[in-house]
Amino acid sequence: MTLLQVFFLVTAAVMLVGSWLVVTSRRLVHAGLWLILVMAGVAAMLVILEASFLAVVEVLVYIGAISILIIFAVMLTRRVMDDSGPQSTPMWWVAGLVSLLLLGGLLAVFARMPSLLVSSAELPADQATLLSDLGRSLVDANRFVLPFELASILLLAAMVGAIFIARPEAGVEGGEDK
Amino acid sequence: MSGLTFNDPFGSLGDFIRGFLLGLGLPAPWVTFIQFLLGAVVLIGATMGGGAIVLIWIERKVGARFQDRLGPNRVGPFGIFQNFADAVKLITKEDITPSGADKTVFNLAPLLVVMSVVGLWAVMPFAPSLIGADLNVGVLYLLSIGGVGTLGIMLAGMSSNNKYALLGALRAVAMLVSFEIPMALVLLVPTMLAGSMGTVQIVESQSTWFVALAPVAALIFFISSVAEIGRAPFDLLEAESEIVAGYNIEYSGMKFGLFMVSEFLHAFTVSALTAVLFLGGWRGPGAETYPLLGLLYFLIKSGAVYFIIIWFRFSSPRVRIDQMMALNWKFLTPLALAVVVVTAVVQKLAESLGWPMTPSLLGANVLLALLTLAVLRSHARAMRQRAESQGEPQPGPIAGAVRGA
Repeated sequence: MTLLQVFFLVTAAVMLVGSWLVVTSRRLVHAGLWLILVMAGVAAMLVILEASFLAVVEVLVYIGAISILIIFAVMLTRRVMDDSGPQSTPMWWVAGLVSLLLLGGLLAVFARMPSLLVSSAELPADQATLLSDLGRSLVDANRFVLPFELASILLLAAMVGAIFIARPEAGVEGGEDK
Repeated sequence: MSGLTFNDPFGSLGDFIRGFLLGLGLPAPWVTFIQFLLGAVVLIGATMGGGAIVLIWIERKVGARFQDRLGPNRVGPFGIFQNFADAVKLITKEDITPSGADKTVFNLAPLLVVMSVVGLWAVMPFAPSLIGADLNVGVLYLLSIGGVGTLGIMLAGMSSNNKYALLGALRAVAMLVSFEIPMALVLLVPTMLAGSMGTVQIVESQSTWFVALAPVAALIFFISSVAEIGRAPFDLLEAESEIVAGYNIEYSGMKFGLFMVSEFLHAFTVSALTAVLFLGGWRGPGAETYPLLGLLYFLIKSGAVYFIIIWFRFSSPRVRIDQMMALNWKFLTPLALAVVVVTAVVQKLAESLGWPMTPSLLGANVLLALLTLAVLRSHARAMRQRAESQGEPQPGPIAGAVRGA
C-alpha cells in the first residue's frame, strides 16, 4: 500500500464518520462542526488529486465562508447552549425522497463508468498553465462566459435583496434617520 | 551530498537529511513525508517556542517605552527572562472548564486559532531557498487559513456558556469577515503585478518593491491586517472596559496562553506578510548568493512593520463598532476596488504603450490618494455642516471613523 492510499483511506473514513454525525448529532452547532470536518476532508481529497487551487478554494469558500455563515445563523436564531430540539421536520419524507433520487442518479452514473478501479490520469507537471486555462475559460465567449455572468447577476440580485431586507425603515426606532 | 556550505545552507541541510534517511533504507515517498513533517515541527517549534516568547518580550519593552515606563526589568538582563517565568506560571495554573460549557468545542477552539496562525508560515518565503511549501496559489491559501482562525474565535465564544464571550465572538466575526473583503481585493494587486499567486514568485518579481508600485494597496493591506489580528485600535473583540475580555474570558491557564501567543504571533505574521508582499521579502544586496543574508533582510523588514503595529497599538484609542464598520464598508472596500481597477488598467496601458512601469503606477496611486482625500474632506465638511444645522455636537460615524483613521 502506498502512502497516498493510506492518506486516501484515512480521509475517506473520517469523511464517512463525519457525514454520519452531521445528520445524527443532536445539537445543530455540532452538526455544523461535523460538516466543516467533512468539507476539510473534501479539501484533503482535492489535494490528493493534485488540484491545489480547488482545495484552497474549498477551504476558503466552504469552511471560511459558508460554514461560518451556517454557525452564525444558528447562533443568532436559536438558543445555542441548550439547543436539542426535534431532529426531524414533518417534511422528512420529502428530504428522504430527494436523497434517494440523488443516490439513484449517482449510482446510475457510477454504473456507466468503465471501471471503478481506473487509476487517476497523470496531470501535466505545469500546474500554472492549468490554472490560467481555468481562468481563461471563465471569460471565453465559446466556453463558460454565459454561466459565469449569470452567476454574477444572481449573486448581485441576492446582495441587493439582502440590503433591501436589512434596511431599517425611515423613522422607525433603531433605524438611521436619513 | 555535499556538507553544509555557506552559499546554500538550507538546501544542503535538506539534502543531508534526505541522504541520511535514504541511507537507512526508507522508501523515497516516506522520506519526503518525514522531511516535510520535520520541517513543520522545526518551524512550529521555532515560531511558537522561540519566536513568540521573544516577540512578547519585545512588545512589552517597546510598548512600555511608548507609555513612558520601563517594562519588565527584574528577571534577567533587561527583563528578558520575564516571559519564561510567565509561561511557567501559565502552564502551572489550574485548567478550568466552566460548567455548562461545550467541552470538546471549548478545547478545540484555541487549537484552531493557533493552527490558523502557524499555518500561514507554511508559504512564507524566509530566504531564497527556505520555504515550507511553494504553493502556486499561495495568496489564496493565506486567505483561506484566515477563515479557520475566525472559526476558532467563534467557537471559543460560543462554547464558553458566557454572554460576554458570545458578544465578543459576535463582534469578532463581524469584524474579521468584514475586513477580509478589502484584504482579499488588495491581495489581487501584488498578484497582478507579479503575474502569480505564489509567494516565492511575488518576492522574486519585486525588483522594485511593490510598495513603490502600489502604495495605496499596501496601506489598505496594512490597515486591514491590523484589524484582522484584532489589536488596538481594532481591539473591540476583547474590549476590557465593555465586554470584560471578549471571546476568551472563560479560558484559563495554558489555553488562554494559546490565545495570547497566537495573537502576538499573528501580529508578527502579518508584519512578515506585509514585508513579503510589498517590501520585497528577502530581497536585498547579496541575498541571492548568501541566503542567510536574505533571512536577515526578511527579519529586519518584518521587524520594522511589527514596530509600526506596536506603535499603532499603544498610541491609538479603540474605535466604536459602527466606526469600524463604516471605515471598512464605506472607505476601505470602495478604495480597494478602485485600486484594483486602477492598477489593472494602468499596468496594461503601460505595457502596451511602452510607458515606464514604476512612475506610471506610482502616479496613478498618488492621483487616487489625492482624489480619496478630496472626497473624504468634502464628506466630512458636509457631515459637520449637517451636525451644526441640527445642533448636535457629535460628529457622524463616518466622519469620526475617518478622523480615527
